Amino acid sequence: MTRIYVSRDSGALCVGAEAVAKTLREEAKARGLDVEIIRTGARGMYWLEPLIEVETDQGRVGYGPVKASKVGDLINSGMLEGKPHETCIGVVDEFPWFKNQTRLTFANCGIIDPRSIEDYRAHGGYEGLKKAIEAGPKDIVEEVLTSGLRGRGGAGFPTGIKWRTVAETPPQQKYIVCNADEGDSGTFADRMVMEGDPFELIEGMTIAGIAVGATYGYIYLRSEYPHAFETLKIAIEEARKAGFLGDNIMGSGYAYDMEVRLGAGAYVCGEETSLLDSLEGKRGEVRAKPPLPAHVGLFGQPTIINNVLSLAAVPLIMAKGGEFYRDFGMGKSRGTMPIQLAGNIKHGGLYETAFGITLGELVDEIGGGTYSGRPVRAVQVGGPLGAYFPREKFDTPFDYEAFTAADGLIGHGGIVVFDDTVDMAQQARFAMEFCAVESCGKCTPCRIGSARGVELMDKIMADEDRASNLTILEDLCDTMKWGSLCALGGFTPYPVLSALTHFPEDFGATKKRLEAAE
Amino acid sequence: MSRHEPWTPERASKIIAQHQDKKGATLPILHALQEVFGCVPLDAEPLIASALNISRAEVHGCVTFYHDFKREPGGRRTLKLCLAESCQASGGRALEKHACEKLGVEMGGTTADRRVTLEPVYCLGLCHSSPAAMLDTDVYGALDTERLDELLKEAQS
Repeated sequence: MTRIYVSRDSGALCVGAEAVAKTLREEAKARGLDVEIIRTGARGMYWLEPLIEVETDQGRVGYGPVKASKVGDLINSGMLEGKPHETCIGVVDEFPWFKNQTRLTFANCGIIDPRSIEDYRAHGGYEGLKKAIEAGPKDIVEEVLTSGLRGRGGAGFPTGIKWRTVAETPPQQKYIVCNADEGDSGTFADRMVMEGDPFELIEGMTIAGIAVGATYGYIYLRSEYPHAFETLKIAIEEARKAGFLGDNIMGSGYAYDMEVRLGAGAYVCGEETSLLDSLEGKRGEVRAKPPLPAHVGLFGQPTIINNVLSLAAVPLIMAKGGEFYRDFGMGKSRGTMPIQLAGNIKHGGLYETAFGITLGELVDEIGGGTYSGRPVRAVQVGGPLGAYFPREKFDTPFDYEAFTAADGLIGHGGIVVFDDTVDMAQQARFAMEFCAVESCGKCTPCRIGSARGVELMDKIMADEDRASNLTILEDLCDTMKWGSLCALGGFTPYPVLSALTHFPEDFGATKKRLEAAE
Repeated sequence: MSRHEPWTPERASKIIAQHQDKKGATLPILHALQEVFGCVPLDAEPLIASALNISRAEVHGCVTFYHDFKREPGGRRTLKLCLAESCQASGGRALEKHACEKLGVEMGGTTADRRVTLEPVYCLGLCHSSPAAMLDTDVYGALDTERLDELLKEAQS
């Protein structure tokens, strides 16, 4: 029997993977072939989707992108024996784009059947939980501290310190909350984990529960991810059936269970305190801190709230030790970062690598430049609240501190590439407009500032009193940056000011004016 | 023609009762109501308020805060076109214009025959294959004018 793998990740489905799988099934039946078609998550090489992988003695041989109408031809030319073809990329594990990555969090993504707990366990799944149970709460927190893991949601706060804070609160009802409200344009790593390796996230949350004495957890998932919702619900049920969730996890005496809740299209709910309010059934308004969610979190109880990628990194840290994870990376940025290449890019996808790789390597070499074939003019790193970088800044290494020093942020690790047709003043206006639409309304700099920002950009673009309006814009950004309650209003100035600083010509300003202003 | 049920307070109360014992039940209730009726009518608010023992103002504030919840049902199918940065970088704005012209609606509008509602969405997480769209819960990526035309045809069928 030949095993064939086709992804059911939304990124594969959106370019026709379902039709490819269906045709494969029909062709196999019509020809009486002995094949098993396994639906996996994605490898992250989306420009090759729909990708068919065939198991051979050498490993899995890949063919992509494949059109459903070409499946018959591919079988005729020996695909099931792994024979060469113009769409053949050879053994997928040896394909340079894949091979050169350091896959820790995404080690199983695209390889296993995400709905099969047996497959997950056959690939090292639940080894971390087993070790965690043996180690006990105190040592789990120590291991996460040792790993140097920092919050992958964007803020980069050390995960172990968050966990220790919750662990040190007196015993009471505590919660684990996973922030799966991945709203930043250019990011899809959370979605890939949830659709491609959901048990890894569930295992990470279970370990977190044992570490801090929390018996219940929620995944707050954005409603724009219906496929992830489906997969998570199935995986949680499977984990429960197999005794990995419930009153007595793996016979250890520890209790932990969880569910998925859907958001409702509010970008600001990716901010942790507004997410908590939303989970409580309220408007998703940002809370003032302190108190920290670690002390007064969900329903007023001590709560760990972590991003999907932070929690998904935990099983490996427990299985292989904090030091193993810490040995990857640079400076204070330890471990790996799943970097997402998006926008106008030739090789769009997910590239997991240790911190330290430069922006230029990512965009030009790994990403292959623009899809349109035109020169790269700007890249936005870190979502709608991240800065725009010009080519001159492409030597910036991917590292939390280096990006902060370059007046930017790595955020959730998304890179959106723009070619030379982009109007950076329009992008600055969009940043303000997005903030105005998505502001929760609680604080004035964000609520009013963003509305005034849109008006200012309209005036600047219409050349109305441009010089003084540019000064007011910079002033307004300063107020928003320092006066806003959360990162929505506080970081919107990043795309606006970076666009103005690096591309003043699009604003009708000259570089000189800005230098004089400094 | 509609895929949704007509509003009745009895049916709404039953749906609310299925979810009201959950912690933080408001959003699950609103999603469940919208799933059945295609929207959350104003008349649903006092029912939710009384079931959850919160004020009507709190329910109203919640319904109006989230983009997902509608006051009136949309068309038979909903086409969401992504207009976030990644899709902007890949020609999403031109596709928006094209879709509006072809359907004869503004963004957020429903065609006269009530077949299709066209909505913007800010990121579907398919940024590796921009521009992207979602028809009900089916996803589409790497769109160009030709593929969008096929999608519009599918939406209107």
